[in-house]
This record gives sequence, structure tokens and C-alpha cells, in this order.
Amino acid sequence: MSNQELWIAFSTIVRKEIRRFTRIWAQTLLPPAITMTLYFIIFGNLIGSRIGEMGGFNYMEFIVPGLIMMSVITNSYGNVVSSFFSTKFQRNIEELLVSPTPNWVILSGYVLGGVSRGLAVGFIVTLLSLFFTKLQVHSFGVTVATVLMTSILFSLGGFINAVFANSFDDISIIPTFILTPLTYLGGVFYSIQLLPDFWQGVSQLNPILYMVNTFRYGILGVSDINVGFAFTVIVLFNVVLFLVALKLLDMGKGIRQ
Amino acid sequence: MTIALSVKDLRKVYGNDFEALKGISFDVQQGDFFALLGPNGAGKSTTLGIVSSLVNKTSGKVEVFGFDLEKDKAEAKRSLGVVPQEFNFNMFEKVGDIVRTQAGYYGIPVAVAAQRAEFYLKKLGLWDKRDDRAQMLSGGMKRRLMIARALVHEPKLLILDEPTAGVDIELRRSMWAFLQEINEAGTTIILTTHYLEEAESLCRNIAIIDHGSIVHNTSIKSLLQQLTTETFILDVRPDQVSSVVIDGYSVQLDDPHTLVVQVNKGQGLNDLFSQLESQKIEVTSMRNKSNRLEELFVSMVEKNLEKKEV
Repeated sequence: MSNQELWIAFSTIVRKEIRRFTRIWAQTLLPPAITMTLYFIIFGNLIGSRIGEMGGFNYMEFIVPGLIMMSVITNSYGNVVSSFFSTKFQRNIEELLVSPTPNWVILSGYVLGGVSRGLAVGFIVTLLSLFFTKLQVHSFGVTVATVLMTSILFSLGGFINAVFANSFDDISIIPTFILTPLTYLGGVFYSIQLLPDFWQGVSQLNPILYMVNTFRYGILGVSDINVGFAFTVIVLFNVVLFLVALKLLDMGKGIRQ
Repeated sequence: MTIALSVKDLRKVYGNDFEALKGISFDVQQGDFFALLGPNGAGKSTTLGIVSSLVNKTSGKVEVFGFDLEKDKAEAKRSLGVVPQEFNFNMFEKVGDIVRTQAGYYGIPVAVAAQRAEFYLKKLGLWDKRDDRAQMLSGGMKRRLMIARALVHEPKLLILDEPTAGVDIELRRSMWAFLQEINEAGTTIILTTHYLEEAESLCRNIAIIDHGSIVHNTSIKSLLQQLTTETFILDVRPDQVSSVVIDGYSVQLDDPHTLVVQVNKGQGLNDLFSQLESQKIEVTSMRNKSNRLEELFVSMVEKNLEKKEV
């Protein structure tokens, strides 16, 4: 395929993905807006006012970056895992498999679909947070790069989950039992400086900690970990997951007999 | 003449060690209307699945218009349109979006895709439904949608896996007319079907596949010449015929007003009618007991089964 044809195929997949999550906005865009508003009210306002400062900022300011990142992570992952699994389940993945669209374009299209939803929800949550706190941006570049790379990473994760999934149960196991605990323990609601040394060490094995803290650094200018190291970890994860997902597509795992 | 599809020594062994294809080979010429027939589980869908890149082959080679499906994947796929057996589009998408999206996967610009989608949806009587969700369509409309989707990139080779399954006779005949029209316009067509009447009236060449092997690959005409007998059903008057004996023909009285007559190859019908007339039996109508290809197909598959059992 020529570059122009590749671009058309890629943009077709992305448009289809965006059409999907906007068509079912009541299931995709509205719930995170409501959930995060409740978090802002309960944890930020009601409980946060009694907690005092965290990392040199009031509690509401501290949790906003973490909650934005949490929305981006769960929605990027959720979009690709459910969309690609449905495509497999309804067998309309065959529309793509019979076409000359190369696998790397298929993967990139689905990932950008996931990133689009992740960023759309992240934007909505950011707007909602402005009702509760003033949002400063310490480093625009770090903020945008982190949110983008994190969204790509979890879109890739969702894709790999969908490839292996055989039932709708399989697409909820990882978000429920791995993603949610890691997100909650990844420094969204607290600074790991509050933890004993041992648990600080354990927390550093959690990849989400790096993403939340890098994003928080971009907004507030404070972080529990080294931002350069965190970036390296995120980029490395992205490269590895992209190659794994592409290999699975090339093998036809779960999509070709 | 250009070969539209070349299949060589194609073998497929599934994970459970079931050998679905045992090294089959066949060619389909450009412009042909080709039937791939066989009983359920014979290997038809596996063959078409491999050609369509939906099933991984174990070994062998597939070329579409000279493009190797492995080495020149994009070119081979571009030449191919596929209408699968089961509905495989997103039921929640709009009819127009499904066709336009498929065009996009082939790198067709949005404006051209829109024009072609309009053309094929109109051609297949679905233009009025373009803004309806696919789930709202009837079974016949869904089949036509899959044909429109397969044609939107204007492939040179169209593969149809049982396209008229579950479609009423009127719609089936209109689909036949449409397929004949695009075949005459130059599109090579490969068809699998359980309606052998369909294969007989549409196709010029045929491959019969059974237990993963090709048992016949020839023209429909020469295949039908292998028929040794043909069975006719005659509705007769008076309504109360009790017994009939016709010299030179095997005749059976199905009920008091229906005769079943077996006519050997080369044997005329004039003598049959003369003898019936002399016995004061009037023939009011006459038809084949079953379609000729069907008789032949059944006998071939049965023979193949007997060979296997021996």
C-alpha cells in the first residue's frame, strides 16, 4: 500500500473507533465524569479538608493529577479491550484481515482510538476539577508527554488483553484484579513518602506509580520519584508492548484459526 | 489465459490434529464462474478461509492473479473480495458506514468510497437503508450488504461462501442475476453452495472436495455427461392409474397420478410418450426428480465414502 493508502486505512480505523465511543457516550464518557466528581467532592473536599497538606499542596490539589491520570489509564485500556474484543467476538475483525491493511496500521489505529477516549475523558475530568481547585501547570511538555505515553501504554495493554480474551469475563479480570489495585496503590491518593521504607520499596515496583508521579510533576512540580527514570520506564514499556502486540497480530493469535 | 486463483498442495491441520485439507490443488481462470462444492466438513470453508487470509495454512501455496498470498500479501488481498458464510459486520453500525469503512481499509479516498458505496447499495437495493443500523435489516438484506461491502474496492476475484443460504427464492434469483451481471462484466467468481441447482445454472467449472481432497475438478458440462440416468416425475391423467409397464424404461408408480421414470443416457423420450399414449395415459406435467448435478454429486460423495470405508 502507498503512504496515502496507509494513511486512509489508519484514519478509517481511528474514525470508526471514535465513532464507537462517542455513539455510546453514556457508557464511555459520562460514567468517569460522575465518578471523578464524586471523588473530588468526597475525597478532595469533605475528607481532604481534614487531611491537610500532602507533598506541600492541599489535598485536593494533590489528588487532582492522580485522578486525571487514573481516568486516562482506565479509559484507554477499557476502550481498546472492549472494542477489539467485540470486533473479535462479532467476527468483524475479518473485515480488516481480508483487507491489505498491514498489522502495524491495525494496531496503531486501535491504539489511537484508545488514546482518543483516554484523552477525551482526561480533558473532561480536568475541566471538572476546575470547579474544585485552581490548576497550575508546572511543565506543559512533561504533562502532555506523560499523559500521551501513558495512554498509549494502556491502550496497548488493552489490546493484548483482548487478543487473549475468550469471553467477556476475560476482559474484566485484568482491570478488576490488577489495574484497579495498582492504580489505587500507585500514589493517586497519597505520597509514598508516608509509607514505611519497606512499602516504599514495594511501591516502586508498581509501574503506575511512575506515571502518576511524572504527571503530578508536570502539573505541580513535585514527584516521589525521578522523572527522567520514570520517562525511560514508560517509553520502554511502550516499545515492548507494541512489539508483543504486533507479534500476536502477525501470528493471528485469537483471530485466525 | 490469466489464472485468477492458483492453489497448490494446500494443507491444513488444525490444533486437534484434524487434517482438514490434504494437499489440494486447483486453478480458477480469469472470468470464470467457479463452484467449489462438497458436503459439510469437506474442507470448502477452510480452503476459502486460507485464500481470504482468515485461516493460517499448514503448507502449500496460494496465488491471486499471480500475487503470492504470503510474499505479495497486499496486492493479492487487493484483488480479492470475500462474502463469508456468516454475518460478520458490526450490527450496531449504519449500513452506509459499514461499506464506506471497508473501502477505507483498502486505502480508497473518502469521496470515492462514498460514490462507490452509493453505487453498490443502490445496485443491491439497500440505498434506502443506508442510515439504518445493520441489525435492523432482514436476513436477505444482510446478505446483500455483505456483497456490497465485498465489492466496494472493486475486486477482480469475488469469493462467495454460500451467499444465498436462507434467502427466499425470489431474492435468490435476483442475486443470481446480479452475480451473472458482474461476472459478465469481468469479475471472476468462486462460489460454494448447498443449492446445487445454483451451481448448475451459474457456474461453468467446478471442483468437488470431500474429506479434504479434490475428487473432481472439471467443467459442469463434462461432469453432467457422466450422468448415466436421469429421473423424471410425470403427473398423469386419469388420476387413478393402477399399474403401468413401459418397455425399455424403469417406471414406478409413486401414487395413482404420479409416475417416476428413469431414462438412461442416450435414451429418447419419444418412445416413452408413445407408449403412455397407447395406454391412454395423458401426461399433464413433467419435471426432473432432482437437479441433475445433485444426483451426480450425491453418487460421487457416496462412492468416495464407500472407498474410504473399504
